[in-house]
Amino acid sequence: MTDPVTACDGQGPPVDLENQPVIVEVRNVNKAYLRGNHVIPVLQEINFDIRAGEFLALMGPSGSGKSTLLNLIAGIDKVDSGTIVIGGVDITALDETELAHWRATNVGFIFQFYNLIPVLTAFENVELPLQLTGLSRSERREHVEMALRVVNLSHRMDHYPSQLSGGEQQRVAIARAVVTDPTILVADEPTGDLDRVSAKEIMSLMCRLSRESGKTIIMVTHDPKAAEAAQVIRHLDKGSLNDAHP
Amino acid sequence: MKVPVSYSFRNLWTRRLTTILTAGGMALVVFVFAAILMLAEGLQKTLVDTGSWDNVVLIRKGSQSEVQSGIERLQASIIETQPEVAAGADGRRMLAKEVVVLISLPKRGTDKPSNVIIRGVSEESMAMRPQVKLVEGRMPRPSSSEIIAGESVSRRFTGAGIGETLRFGMRDWTVVGIFDAGSTGFSSEIWGDADQLMQAFRRPVYSSVIFKLRDASGFDAFKTRVESDPRLTVEAKRETRFYADQSEVMAKFLRILGMSLTIIFSLGAVIGAMITMYAAVANRTAEIGTLRALGFQRRSILGAFLMEALLLGFIGGAVGLFFASFLQLLTISTLNFQTFSELAFSFTLTVEIVWQALLFSLVMGFVGGVLPALQASRMKIVDALRTS
Ligand SMILES: Nc1ncnc2c1ncn2[C@@H]1O[C@H](COP(=O)(O)OP(=O)(O)OP(=O)(O)O)[C@@H](O)[C@H]1O
Ligand SMILES: [Mg+2]
Repeated sequence: MTDPVTACDGQGPPVDLENQPVIVEVRNVNKAYLRGNHVIPVLQEINFDIRAGEFLALMGPSGSGKSTLLNLIAGIDKVDSGTIVIGGVDITALDETELAHWRATNVGFIFQFYNLIPVLTAFENVELPLQLTGLSRSERREHVEMALRVVNLSHRMDHYPSQLSGGEQQRVAIARAVVTDPTILVADEPTGDLDRVSAKEIMSLMCRLSRESGKTIIMVTHDPKAAEAAQVIRHLDKGSLNDAHP
Repeated sequence: MKVPVSYSFRNLWTRRLTTILTAGGMALVVFVFAAILMLAEGLQKTLVDTGSWDNVVLIRKGSQSEVQSGIERLQASIIETQPEVAAGADGRRMLAKEVVVLISLPKRGTDKPSNVIIRGVSEESMAMRPQVKLVEGRMPRPSSSEIIAGESVSRRFTGAGIGETLRFGMRDWTVVGIFDAGSTGFSSEIWGDADQLMQAFRRPVYSSVIFKLRDASGFDAFKTRVESDPRLTVEAKRETRFYADQSEVMAKFLRILGMSLTIIFSLGAVIGAMITMYAAVANRTAEIGTLRALGFQRRSILGAFLMEALLLGFIGGAVGLFFASFLQLLTISTLNFQTFSELAFSFTLTVEIVWQALLFSLVMGFVGGVLPALQASRMKIVDALRTS
């Protein structure tokens, strides 16, 4: 983080994690996939905590289980054993319907390929998660406009995804992820599909969300440059956490 | 929480060409469906409107129509003296002894022969059918070989125009008037003097006796008494019922034919919709994963895709109905299977048919969309997201 041209340049200091409560507890998590008759172990005995406001980068070789771990924390995949407690809720004990409700209010998703809905405008894409809340139309409008202001795309809100560049689409996706003010933000390779300049813009935005808004972010990345924006870096190797690297 | 309807609608809009083709297939089926219902409706309406509620028709017991019926003069006189028969302004009884004969006449243009009903009427016949109005010429003089023709007959048959001459019953008959009977079956008839026609066709008996009830509610009592009178071998029906019964068989036949045809056609349209919707689900797998990740429930995904299929069906239904509504401008003639005479009528669109056609198109959309929608809702989120 001493690189003079990191994504976090010119931004405030990172959150002082020492005084922050633990918000994500991962305990003894195991996960395997079945391929035909083969059991493919993906994660073994994963244990770690994430503190509120932490910006965590998960790194590791391809196939090491980074995405799988992220999906488990985000509540879109099921553990084989172990528990994941987020904000006091053991999400491994929730049924599918409850889990969907939980995701709607607690998780903001940022995907590698943005995953915006092509038939909806930027505004409507950002509004989509708010359809799941009890907010009125005008309240939703307010929230959406604010989120789009954060990513600096207010002037493009009536544009469709196909009318936006990759970097702009990812910024809309980030607005969609933060609009519900979720407990955690999860990002799987958020810069994986972007050129260097756009990637830096996105990382700078994520850094700002972390430092200025105190968001808890869990990001999977291959890109060491991207990881520099994070405060904590954890390495996965063949399904185990390997924190030998600082 | 539901996925907004605009999402489903815009997806249809985005793949316009596929939507148009798929909805077009459905529109075709709905068109056929509506057309046949309109045909049956038009036929029935024409025949039912032919009758009046307070008129009674008497025909020989067991005969299906006036053409097959025969009522002897003596029986007709007995009926004439019944107390239920209304009296007209001049004190005359509102009763007509009529004779109905089926003849074959050449059609204009083609000269192909077709059956026409000739009705021998008496002076009260016209007064008892307020739907029938003379629009051109004059009434036939009594005891003459003069006739008047219904508008649709005069238009479609050679020699049936005003001033022209028709030959039947070994006599020449001059058309001295044209009458309009609205959309009723009378429009397809030729009227002349009953006695003259009976002579010409050497028929000693009447076909039917029609009279107006003094009190419209007195029908049931009259029917019971007259049908059990040992001097009479007649059957009494309200005129409306009489004509409705005549249309029953044909309307039913049309409806059954229509339903069978459309069910077969609809299979094609439903399969088309299913293919379209399966393709939509396959193309949008990552999108489905995204919606689920954001917190939309399985049933919301199911709902969104079903909505899309229902909208597709609705568009097809609306387009099909739109085109079917133009059929109302057409008049067609067909054989009345009860009398084997020609009957002219129009396709008739009713609110009920509109609802039935729309419901039918929604059912097609639903049937075509339900399996793809279920598939969409059953995906696992991580699997769906991996297909980016
Ligand atoms: N749904 C699945 N079914 C079967 N195997 C799976 C499934 N998801 C992941 N795997 C397997 O689990 C292992 C870990 O996958 P995962 O996507 O978590 O790796 P990753 O670290 O994110 O890799 P990459 O950096 O390439 O994205 C891989 O061997 C993968 O093939
Ligand atoms: Mg991955």
